[in-house]
Amino acid sequence: MPLSSPATRVDPAVDPDTETTGDTPWQAVVWNDPVNLMSYVTYVLQKIFGYPEQKATALMLDVHHKGKAAVSSGDKDKIEGDVAKLHAAGLWATMQRT
Amino acid sequence: MNGWKRAGRGSRVRLVTTLEEQESTVLRGLVGEVLQMLEAREGESPTDELAELTGMRTGPSKRPEDRVLARLLPDFTMEDADLAAGLRSLHEPELIEAKQHAASAVLAALPTHGGRVELAPEQADEWLTALNDVRLALGTALDVSEETPEEFPEEDPRAPHLGVYHWLTFVQDSLVQARMQLL
Repeated sequence: MPLSSPATRVDPAVDPDTETTGDTPWQAVVWNDPVNLMSYVTYVLQKIFGYPEQKATALMLDVHHKGKAAVSSGDKDKIEGDVAKLHAAGLWATMQRT
Repeated sequence: MNGWKRAGRGSRVRLVTTLEEQESTVLRGLVGEVLQMLEAREGESPTDELAELTGMRTGPSKRPEDRVLARLLPDFTMEDADLAAGLRSLHEPELIEAKQHAASAVLAALPTHGGRVELAPEQADEWLTALNDVRLALGTALDVSEETPEEFPEEDPRAPHLGVYHWLTFVQDSLVQARMQLL
């Protein structure tokens, strides 16, 4: 992602709520992309998942620095819906088994 | 344009900017091109009796060959080709529809000869989606990467297009910043 907007510094230890459990066999993963803006990715995560800005920013920074981040987890239907919403917003997202 | 500003408050809050005539024309052209690509892709949907009977639309199961369309409509999963094909077929029609809706919202609000644009928050969301699609299309066509310079050399035929791309980045980023303040 281009650094066209300054991202708020956040505590990297923020719990991403995406731990694997028996009830969350699938996860939606957002991949780094040279076009999508850091600000926009953060906004989309807030808007789609209702995440507070700090959590959305932390996930966005993971995408930016690590190349990808799991942004939600749950059963297959839920994650399929999440990926569809992320695609509608133009993010590069896929689903995978945890 | 000088970016988006907030005007009004409460249910009347609007995000406002002023576009030059040329800016309006460029945006209309690019959004129109994305709409045409999506429409062409829509034409690739299989016609099947079952879909006609049930009214449930199905899209193509194969990824678009065109790399711009492939970026606008990515695979749902990398793990399982059959699952990716099935999910594409199931979801692509609604995704194309959502993108068309966003693009149409931009075209509807663009002043013909430039001028003031006022967006309610929901309209701003449609604009963000459409601006992002246009940047994805242009960025893919230009092979934009993390290393892409601010400018290409003047003699490079891509130079003016990169200028448009950076302008769109400014338009979108400024709108995101303004929209986030309304959350």
